[in-house]
Amino acid sequence: MDFQYTSFILSVVIASTPLLLAATGELVAERAGVLNLGVEGMMLVGAIAAFAVAVTTGSSTLGILAGVGAGVLTSLIFALLTLSFLSNQVATGLALTIFGTGLSALIGKAYVGMVVARLPQIHIPGLSDIPFFGPVFFGQDVLVYVSFALVAAVYWFLFRTHAGLVLRAVGNSHDAAHAIGFPVIKIRYLAVMFGGGMSGLAGAYMAIAYNTSWSEGMTAGRGWIALALVVFATWRPFWLVVGAYLFGSIMYLSLYIQGFGVHIPSQFISALPYASTVVVLVAISRDRKRIRLNAPASLGKTFHAAG
Amino acid sequence: MTDTPLLKLTGIVKQFPGCLANDHVDLTVMPGEIHALLGENGAGKSTLVKIIYGVLRPDEGEILWQGEAVSIANPNHARKLGIGMVFQHFSLFEALTVAENIALGLSDPKDREGLRERIVEISTNYGLPLDPDRAVHDLSVGERQRIEIVRCLLQSPKLLIMDEPTSVLTPQEVEKLFETLRRLASEGCSILYISHKLEEIRALCEKATIMRLGRVVAHCDPRESTARQLAELMIGTELKPPSAMRAGAIEGTPRLEVNRLTLVSDHQFGTSLREISFSVRGGEILGIGGIAGNGQTELMDALSGEVYAGKPQTILIDGVPAGHMGPSQRRSAGASFVPEERNGHGAVSAMTLSENAFLSGHIRHSLARLGLIDHGKTTAFAQEVIKVFDVRTVGPKAEARALSGGNLQKFVIGREVLQKPKVLVVSQPTWGVDAGAAAAIHQAIIELANEGTAVVLISQDLDEIFALCDNIAVIAGGRLSAPKPVSATSVSEIGILMGGISDPVGDSHAA
Repeated sequence: MDFQYTSFILSVVIASTPLLLAATGELVAERAGVLNLGVEGMMLVGAIAAFAVAVTTGSSTLGILAGVGAGVLTSLIFALLTLSFLSNQVATGLALTIFGTGLSALIGKAYVGMVVARLPQIHIPGLSDIPFFGPVFFGQDVLVYVSFALVAAVYWFLFRTHAGLVLRAVGNSHDAAHAIGFPVIKIRYLAVMFGGGMSGLAGAYMAIAYNTSWSEGMTAGRGWIALALVVFATWRPFWLVVGAYLFGSIMYLSLYIQGFGVHIPSQFISALPYASTVVVLVAISRDRKRIRLNAPASLGKTFHAAG
Repeated sequence: MTDTPLLKLTGIVKQFPGCLANDHVDLTVMPGEIHALLGENGAGKSTLVKIIYGVLRPDEGEILWQGEAVSIANPNHARKLGIGMVFQHFSLFEALTVAENIALGLSDPKDREGLRERIVEISTNYGLPLDPDRAVHDLSVGERQRIEIVRCLLQSPKLLIMDEPTSVLTPQEVEKLFETLRRLASEGCSILYISHKLEEIRALCEKATIMRLGRVVAHCDPRESTARQLAELMIGTELKPPSAMRAGAIEGTPRLEVNRLTLVSDHQFGTSLREISFSVRGGEILGIGGIAGNGQTELMDALSGEVYAGKPQTILIDGVPAGHMGPSQRRSAGASFVPEERNGHGAVSAMTLSENAFLSGHIRHSLARLGLIDHGKTTAFAQEVIKVFDVRTVGPKAEARALSGGNLQKFVIGREVLQKPKVLVVSQPTWGVDAGAAAAIHQAIIELANEGTAVVLISQDLDEIFALCDNIAVIAGGRLSAPKPVSATSVSEIGILMGGISDPVGDSHAA
C-alpha cells in the first residue's frame, strides 16, 4: 500500500511540473500586460529542440538549455509582431501555437522512434532512502526543485524588488508607466522572453523527463491548461503551485482510472482534465472582486507610444 | 534672487502629422514664480508641457535650464534636473498602493530609502494627508492628486508643472491646494500652472503666457486682467456674454421624478445610492454637485437605464413609469443622456461622427429603415450637429477619437440637444473642455431649458452649477441633499454639504 502512495505522488509530480513551469513563465508575461496564447506552440518547439539535442549529444543538460533557448527564440517572434509591429496579441498567440505545432512536427519527423535517457532522479544517500518521505522529498529529478525555486523567485521578484514593481506597473497601466518614463516595450520584451524560456523548459521536461521519446503534439494541450492556471491563480505565483498540482493530479488520475478498468467510456476520462479546466475557470470568474484586484488592467492591450 | 530664468524655451516647434502643435513657442519661467499657461484645448499647452517633461522631443528650438542648454531625453532626465509634473489624467496605478505608486516615480534608488516615513513626513508637512499602505483604487480623486504632488515633492523639485489640477476638487480642497502651492513658491519652487479656470489663475498666478493654435499670443499679469480679457485673448475673438437669461418659465408638472431610488452598487469600489428622491419640472435646471465617487456614476447609470432602477414607479419620465426600462426605451419616452466620459461612453472612439450620431439618434430621428441604416439621413443629422454646434472637424466621416475633448463634447451634447428631449441628464459636460467650448455647451443647455426641457446637471464644478441652475442638490455618500434654490444658498454651504456633513434628506420633497 505504501508503495502505491509513493508512486502515485511521484507520478503526479511529474505530470504537474511542466504545467507549473509553463504557467510561471506566462504569469510573468501577463503581469507585464502581455497575453501570449502561444504557450502550447513554444512548449512544442522547446520539446523538440531539447529532445534533438539530448539525443544527438547524449547530454540532458544541453538538451534542457536547447529547450529554453528555443522557447526564447519562438517567443521573440511573438514579441516582435505584437510589441514592435503592434499586431493583435490574441491572433498572434494563436498563430504562434499553430506555427510551433507545425515546426516541431516537421523537425521531429527525423526523431520519431528514438529514445533518450530519462532525466535522472537525484539521490541523496540516507535521506532519499527514508520510506515514503525519501523519494517524495529527496528523490525527484532536478527540474522539480527548479520549478519550485522559480515560483519562489518570481514571487520575490514581482513583490519584493523595484524591478518587479515596475513590471507590474507596466501591466497595470502602460500609459501611466510610459508617462512616468518607463521603457514599456523593452520591459514587455523581457517578460515575453522569460515566458518563452519557461515554456521551452516545460517542453524540455515533457521530452526528456515526462517522456523519453518524441511524438507529434506530445504536449497534448498542457500549454492551454497552463494559460488557464494563470487565471485560476489570479496572477499570484504561489497559487500556481496549488493549481498545477490539482490539474496534475486530475491528469494522472484519468490515466489511473483507465488502468483500473472502471466502466466509464475512456473518452470521458481523457476529457476530464480539460473539462475540469472549464469548470474551474467558470467558478473563478464568479469571484469578480478577486479577479479585479489582481488582473493586470492592460492585459492583452496593444501599447502604442504617442509622439 | 537671480535674474537667470529657471527655464527658458526659445522657438520650440513640434509637428504632428497634419497639425503643427507648437509653432515657435517661447516661454520663460523665473525662480519662485507661479506662471500660468493658458489656452483652449488644442492650443498646444499639453504638447509644450510634455516637451518640458521629456515625454516628447521638440523638432526645433532650444531649452535653457538655469541658463544652460539642455536636451531633455525622457521624464527620468527631467526629474533629475528638478522638474516634477502632476498630470491631468493621473498617471497612477490603481491596483498598487500609495507607497508603491510613489516609489515608481522615483528614479534614484537612494530616494526610495525609508520611503514610507518620508511620505508621511512630507504629506503632513504640506497639509496633504496620505496613508502609504492604501490601494489607489480606494482613494478619492483629491487624494489621488495628493499622491502625485507628494511624489513630486519628494524629489525637491525646482519646477512643478500642474495640468488642470483643480477640476476635481471641492472649493475647500482648492483653497488648500493653493496654500500648498503658494508655500512651495515662497520656498523657491517655480510652478507652471495650466488651467482654464480663469478666476483661479487670477487668484494664484503672477504671470501668464497665453497660447492659441500652437503659438504664444500674449503675456500678461493675470492679477491685473479681468477673466473676460483673459478668455478673449485665449479664444481670439470676443466672448459672447453667456446669456444666463433664463427666459422660459418653469412649468408646474414634473417631467422627471425619482422616488426613493435605492441601488446597491455591484462595483467593488462603487457607492450605493440611498433613498434618492427629487423631481425636475419642464424648464428647470437642477444641479447635482458633489465630489467624484459619491454616487454620481451610479445615479447617472440608474437614470439612463444602464442599470435597472428596480420598480417602474421609481423613475417617471414625463409621467411614464420607467424604472424597469433600458436606455433605448427611456430615449423613446423622451429622455436623453450625456455621460461623463465622452470617449468610450458618450461616443465610440473608433467610430465616425455619423455612426456615433446614429447610435443615440436613430430612435427619435428614425435614422433606420427596416433595420437598415439610412446613411443619407444619418450623415445629414451628423452634419447638422457639426454645423449648429460649431464642431471643429473635417466632417461626419471623422473618427470620434480624432476630435479634441472640447469638440467631441460639443458633438455629443449637440447630438442629444438636437433630439429635443423632454428630459436631459448630463454629467460633467465641461470637464477638461476649453472656455470657448464650455460657453457654447452652457448656452445650449440654457436654451434647451428655455424651450421647456427638464435638465439634470451632474457636475463637480460649482461655478457651472451656480451659473446655470435654478435649484441645487448635493450628492454625498450616495445620499442626495434636499434641492434648494440657487439664490438661497452659497458656495461655502454647498462645499460643506459636499464634504458629507449630513443634511436631512428632503422628506418633504419625496412626499
